[in-house]
Amino acid sequence: MNAADPNGALIVAVILFSLGALGVLVRRNLLFMLMSTEVMLNAACLAFIAAGNRWHLADGQVMFIMIVAFAAAESAVGLAIILRMHAAGRATLDADTGNRLGG
Amino acid sequence: MTPIPAIVWGVSLVATLLPLVIACPLFVSIILMLTGGKLPARATTLLVGAGMGLCALFAVISAYSFLTGPDSLGALHVVLWNWMQVGNFTAQIALSLDRLSLVMMLVVSCVGFLILVYACAYMYDDPDIARFFAYMTLFVASMLLLVLASDLLAVFVGWEGVGLCSYLLIGFWYGEQANAVAARKAFVVTRVGDALFLLGMLLMATAVGSLDIPTLLAVGPHAPSTTLTLGMFLLLGGAMAKSAQVPLQTWLPDAMAGPTPVSALIHAATMVTAGVYLLARLHGLFVLTPAAMLACAVVGFVTILLAAGSALVQTDIKRILAYSTMSQLGYMYLALGCGAWHAAMFHLVTHAFFKALLFMAAGSIILRVHHEQDIFKMGGLRKDMPWVFTAFLIGSAALAGLPLITAGYFSKELILGSAYEVSPIFWAGALFGAFLTSIYIFRCVFIVFWGGHRTHAHGRSGMAMALPMAILSVLAIAGGWMEMPDAIANVHIFSNLLSPVLGALPQEHGTSLLIVGSLVPIAGVTIAWTLWRPRDVAPTPAESPAIATLRADWGFDTLYDRIFVRPFMVLAHLNRRDFIDRFYDLIAALTQGSGQAIARLQSGQVRRYAGWIAAGTVAALCLAV
Repeated sequence: MNAADPNGALIVAVILFSLGALGVLVRRNLLFMLMSTEVMLNAACLAFIAAGNRWHLADGQVMFIMIVAFAAAESAVGLAIILRMHAAGRATLDADTGNRLGG
Repeated sequence: MTPIPAIVWGVSLVATLLPLVIACPLFVSIILMLTGGKLPARATTLLVGAGMGLCALFAVISAYSFLTGPDSLGALHVVLWNWMQVGNFTAQIALSLDRLSLVMMLVVSCVGFLILVYACAYMYDDPDIARFFAYMTLFVASMLLLVLASDLLAVFVGWEGVGLCSYLLIGFWYGEQANAVAARKAFVVTRVGDALFLLGMLLMATAVGSLDIPTLLAVGPHAPSTTLTLGMFLLLGGAMAKSAQVPLQTWLPDAMAGPTPVSALIHAATMVTAGVYLLARLHGLFVLTPAAMLACAVVGFVTILLAAGSALVQTDIKRILAYSTMSQLGYMYLALGCGAWHAAMFHLVTHAFFKALLFMAAGSIILRVHHEQDIFKMGGLRKDMPWVFTAFLIGSAALAGLPLITAGYFSKELILGSAYEVSPIFWAGALFGAFLTSIYIFRCVFIVFWGGHRTHAHGRSGMAMALPMAILSVLAIAGGWMEMPDAIANVHIFSNLLSPVLGALPQEHGTSLLIVGSLVPIAGVTIAWTLWRPRDVAPTPAESPAIATLRADWGFDTLYDRIFVRPFMVLAHLNRRDFIDRFYDLIAALTQGSGQAIARLQSGQVRRYAGWIAAGTVAALCLAV
């Protein structure tokens, strides 16, 4: 596996993405779901890096930095929502009780 | 055809008063409807009395000033507004007063006034008195529109208006199902006639290009004769249904379910004679279609005999009068069919007097014997209510046509003479009808007023009931003296009045017809006396299958029930869930179902949403690759 061949990296990215998606679908804990989305984002990052390396372009790394920023913002917002829900008297992290918000 | 002098609104007194004649009852009706029964009974009766009094007063004043005015031989047109203009076709809301509509207007407004005064006393204790008078005054307004309108289209508005009021008033006591059924029957049967009338009107409008009656009379004769004949047949059909002539007569006996003043006003004096009036108004066209005239005469002839036969065996006092109304209307149709317009109109007027009187007297009896209508449960009422008895006797004598002293005699003689001119068969049948008439009405008189008491009469009829009856009693006797045959006295006030419109009175016949016509009613009364004079045992209605058929209107009801009502009910039952509706129901169900199915996706479960997103992405990728 030489440096210019992205296949290995892409396979790892697909595996990572699938694990992340699986995590979102099967975990009921909101924190774990957030983490799973991070995993999916990282999979996307890996794919960009591999592609950038393949064509020797800086775009891949630019996208990586942008996605990391997005991921940070997303987890900040996600954690803030969870904390707010906790502060509002919701003493659980179970995502399936989200349809009982009574809004 | 002389051109009709058009007088613009506001120029003459008559032109001002004529719309008011219609407006007075209309306004009373609107006030009564808008107050929704909140007015006390006393205020209601005062309002009705004042409104109808003004209406009658205006009618009399305008009649007087028309007859003394310069146009008394022609017609006076009051154009109120242009109703519609479609291409070459124009319809106006216009009133026209000529000598024919004048007579009819006076009958409707004056007899209407008397009957409404009577009704004020009759209905005083009814909780729905405001609704009653709202309909009654609306009826008078519609009837006056029908009479005065100069455009057939406006006549049709009045025509439908009186039909509607008739329906509403027959079913006035709608709490009882029989009344509602009777009202519906009357509405549906007359609707058959209304449809024919509308078709005839449309045919005339396409053939002539106008529905204005003077134009129709002037241009109509140039239309193709088949079109004209068909049009007149259709109009005749409409008139027949309104006037309860065979074969559309079945609604009238059931219409007696309404309060008695309704029967007096609508089903005796005015609405049922609307057809006669209409045909007399269109006599210029009618005379050009001998086939329609013959049909009219035959219908009248058959109705006279059938209705008189049924009246002979009825037990309900109001049904006797209903059948007698049918029979008397038959005389008018016979007269129209024989071209005797004067005779038809004369009989219309006298009939309005004596039949309204008979209904009023019958109403007084019914009110005082606790709403009993079976004549075999009355008896000996002569001593309990001598004045009502006198009124009923006068009305009966006029209906039977007792010679010389009654109004009915002179009008009936005029019809008999004209019928003889056309065919002796018509004359003989009409004479036999007159014979039956005197038998059945005096059967009623002898059973109700003679013999032992079979019921207890209470109370007295008040002034408001007695006075209209007294006035109509006078008219039922003296009303005939305005037109007498030459053999008795040379008085022709009525025919001279109408001659400018209806043409000269035809030549009279000898005294032999007159003598026969005078003897027949007397013979009828004698027979009635021998059959139903007071005896020791109380009279009972004769019973046999034949008489039961006769009593049930010769089986017409059963026949119509078999061939129209029941098949229609079966069809309606089969199609209870309307098959066209099923199609639209299906579309609605599909939309609703798919909406519900998709709505289930929005469960509020984040993981499920994520799952759907993943599945969607996979599907999109699969499609893309």
